[in-house]
Amino acid sequence: MKTPWFTEEHEIFRRTVRKFMETELAPHAEEWEEQKDFPNWIFKRAGEMGFLGITYPEEVGGSGCDYFYKVVYCEELPRSGCGGVNMALLVQSDMGSPPINILGTKEQKEEYLVPIIKGEKICAIGVTEPNAGSDVAAIRTTARRDGDYYVINGTKTFITNGARADVITLAAKTDPDKGYDGMSLFLLDTDLPGFSVSRKLEKMGMHPSDTTELVFEDVRVPKDKLLGEENTGFFEVMINFQGERLVAAISAVAGAALVLEKTMEYVKQREVFGKPLSKFQVTRHKIVDMLCEIEAARHYVYHCCWLFDQDKNPAKEVSIAKILSTEMAVRVINQCIQLHGGYGYMREYGIERAFRDARLATIGGGTTEIMKEVIGKMIGL
Amino acid sequence: MKIIVPMKRVPDPDNVDKVKISSDGKRVSSEGLDWKPNPFDEYAVEAALRLVKDSGTDKTTGEVIVASIGPEEATHQVRWCLAMGADRGILVLGDDHELDASVVARALKKLVEKESPDLVLMGKQAVDGDSNQTAQILAGMLGWPQATFAGRIETPADLSRATVTREVDGGCATVTVKFPAVISVDVRIVTPQAVNNNMIPPDKLNRDGPRYASLTGIMKAKKKPMDRYTLEDLGVDTTQRVKTISFSQPPARSGGVILDTVGELVQRLKEEARVL
Repeated sequence: MKTPWFTEEHEIFRRTVRKFMETELAPHAEEWEEQKDFPNWIFKRAGEMGFLGITYPEEVGGSGCDYFYKVVYCEELPRSGCGGVNMALLVQSDMGSPPINILGTKEQKEEYLVPIIKGEKICAIGVTEPNAGSDVAAIRTTARRDGDYYVINGTKTFITNGARADVITLAAKTDPDKGYDGMSLFLLDTDLPGFSVSRKLEKMGMHPSDTTELVFEDVRVPKDKLLGEENTGFFEVMINFQGERLVAAISAVAGAALVLEKTMEYVKQREVFGKPLSKFQVTRHKIVDMLCEIEAARHYVYHCCWLFDQDKNPAKEVSIAKILSTEMAVRVINQCIQLHGGYGYMREYGIERAFRDARLATIGGGTTEIMKEVIGKMIGL
Repeated sequence: MKIIVPMKRVPDPDNVDKVKISSDGKRVSSEGLDWKPNPFDEYAVEAALRLVKDSGTDKTTGEVIVASIGPEEATHQVRWCLAMGADRGILVLGDDHELDASVVARALKKLVEKESPDLVLMGKQAVDGDSNQTAQILAGMLGWPQATFAGRIETPADLSRATVTREVDGGCATVTVKFPAVISVDVRIVTPQAVNNNMIPPDKLNRDGPRYASLTGIMKAKKKPMDRYTLEDLGVDTTQRVKTISFSQPPARSGGVILDTVGELVQRLKEEARVL
């Protein structure tokens, strides 16, 4: 079917991603869920497949594709059945690395971005702190200049990939007296003395992914690891948020659609009172209601993806998309559990896992409430 | 070395529930089906790429041409094969209902005369019609040696001939064919070590199964040439040898039984099914 967004080539790429997810990741999903861990070869394989550099320029090893290849990738990710792995991959390609692509010097790109796209180096983004989430300007981690070094002190929390990262794109205050205009970004190698992972946090879902608390005690970072200019980090973090929120929105829609697809199969074969569940009007209407919600969100998100591909900072639209799609996904998957009855609550059907994984999306990358504040400000309220 | 890989687009085997027969029983309706390259042909593309391409270094010792006979939409499946790494495509426009194995073989013969390949490498059969005839008819028409159902192909470094391990009933048969030749492949041709050209070092990246169309491959495929012909352009005699009288759905399966012991199974096979 022809659409304004996807060409023949996008659809070929879709088959590649789907096959990869279904044959190389999905068979391990339960094992990784149980282990609360996953192996690092996934980054290498994703790198070989070109998944980590879809929109990055060819000079750094990317494919230079339009944003809708990324959309295809995010739409097929849920077929891995493993939200934690998907999140780790998205942090690598869409949260930790974009600032290096935008701000990095030639040397910084060579040293970090190229191996990140190949999946040879793993990255994380270090912004959130115990007392500063979406309120980025309130971070307390400091970077004090000392000769050819910056000395970093502070703590970060909820850092995805924190325990396995080789490099962290770190936000710290270079001028602690100032707010958003006193913040800078650094490339912090995790083998530096003074860096430690203080805790791997236990979570509701996304179990295979490592979500960590990090401590920086007098970590001496060479001055050439400063990313961009001193005291301008805030703006980059804010723009970076749009990409992060957009991939969250796309994946939320696709995740809900996949769960609904499975639920439709289920209600056709599950019989109660002598006929399949799908033959009850209440089931049909429920499913159609969910389909309507999914499709409406899907096409609004496509619109935002197109905007993002044009100007990179459609903050209002992306915030709307994030609310619409992530809140919808939680609602839809919750209803799908209901349609599965007792089996929906059981681990073996994977549907309760999808719910636990999806629940994060209305919180991570800016809560629904923060999104509303962003939109409120932008419409002059 | 020049290889032509004929590729047929077939309905996705996962669509089996959607296949319908027209009310006059003359045709299988293809409405609403998803299409993909015939899996055996995709294996042939993979085997051809392993014969002449070194995916590690981008070194190439030959050309792989993917040729399809089908409607305009079949360019999608050809493009897919180009994204896997084949060099160029050919589409011969033709409707499935006008084709049988002999028409296809005659069209391929014309392409072979045009392109003079060293090898025609193809799937042993298409998974829709399951005729398993085209390779054999084509080889006969060309007067070329043939090796069907290949599970292994080995060539010397000068690519003058191929030693083919054929999968036959009850075991394997090994034959050597001189190029030019027609080879049809079976599923085991895509196991990691099944193709060896004694030139490109055994590729560490060979995985089980046909390769993925990588993102770079997809981008490159956009620019690869695709020639189009009609059967008429090629001067193909389109007389069909096979007449279809009618199609009918297989009888619906009746419910099975689950037995507790092997003993019980043997007993019922003997007494009820009378097959033992």
